[in-house]
Amino acid sequence: MATTKLGFLVQRPPYKSENPKLALTHAIASQSVEVYLNDGDLVTADIAFVGDGVLNCLKNQKTMEKYGLSSTESHIKSSLLLDLNVMVCREDLERFGLSENDIIMDAVEFGADMTVKVVPFSEITKMMEDVNHLLFF
Amino acid sequence: MGKFTIGCFSSLVGSMSLDFAVKLSAAAIEKGHKVDFWVSGNATMLSIKGQRAFKDYSALMKPVQELMGKGLTITACEACAEARGYHKDNTLEGFKRHSMDWYLASAFDADRVLHIGGE
Repeated sequence: MATTKLGFLVQRPPYKSENPKLALTHAIASQSVEVYLNDGDLVTADIAFVGDGVLNCLKNQKTMEKYGLSSTESHIKSSLLLDLNVMVCREDLERFGLSENDIIMDAVEFGADMTVKVVPFSEITKMMEDVNHLLFF
Repeated sequence: MGKFTIGCFSSLVGSMSLDFAVKLSAAAIEKGHKVDFWVSGNATMLSIKGQRAFKDYSALMKPVQELMGKGLTITACEACAEARGYHKDNTLEGFKRHSMDWYLASAFDADRVLHIGGE
C-alpha cells in the first residue's frame, strides 16, 4: 500500500489557454486512478492557484450561458465535491484587489463539504515540498 | 534504471516543447530508462497518422515511431483527441489512447514526473 501525492500548480489565467481546465480535469482523474493500481495504492491531488491563476477562481463565470461550455468554476466545484484540497494564494488575490468575497469558496449546491482555502504563499510552498511530484499548468 | 513519466500539452506545431519532450525521451531511453509519455490537450496532434515532414514545421512522427520500437510507451488523452476529431482509426500504430487517470497512474511509481509545456 502506497500513496503518491501530486501537486497541481495553476499559474495561467482562465480561458486564454486550455491549461487551467486541464489541470483540474487531470486532478479530478485522481479519483478514478485506482483502476490502474494495486489494491490500497492511491494517488492524491492538491490544487493551488497562484499568480494570474487565481483569476480562475472568480465566481459567477458565464461560459455555459455565453458559449455553451462548462466553466472553470464548475470544475473547481467538482474538485471540492470530490474532496480535493484546493488552495488559492492570498497575496496574489490581494494583488488583483480581490478577496474571498470575489471567488468560489464552496460548492454547497453540488453537495460538497470541502471549501476552498485562501492561504499565504508559504502554505502553498509547504504543499509543494510535501508532494512527490509537481505539475505546473 | 529509473522510470520517467513525461507529460506534454503543447501542440506539434507552434512551439518546440513537444520536440524537446521527444528528444528528452530519446535521451532517457538511450540511457536505459523506462519512459511513459503522455500527450494531452493540443499535444494529441502527435498521435495522428500521416504527418508529412516539412522543414518549416516540427516533424516528430518518425522519431516517435523509432522510440516506440525501442520501448517507449506513448499514450494520448482520448477525450482531448476525440474533441479535436482525432479518432482511433486515424491514430498511429502503437500509440495508446486512455483517459487522464492513465497519466496519474503512470506518475504513481515514476522516479521523475516531467510535465512539459502548455500553450
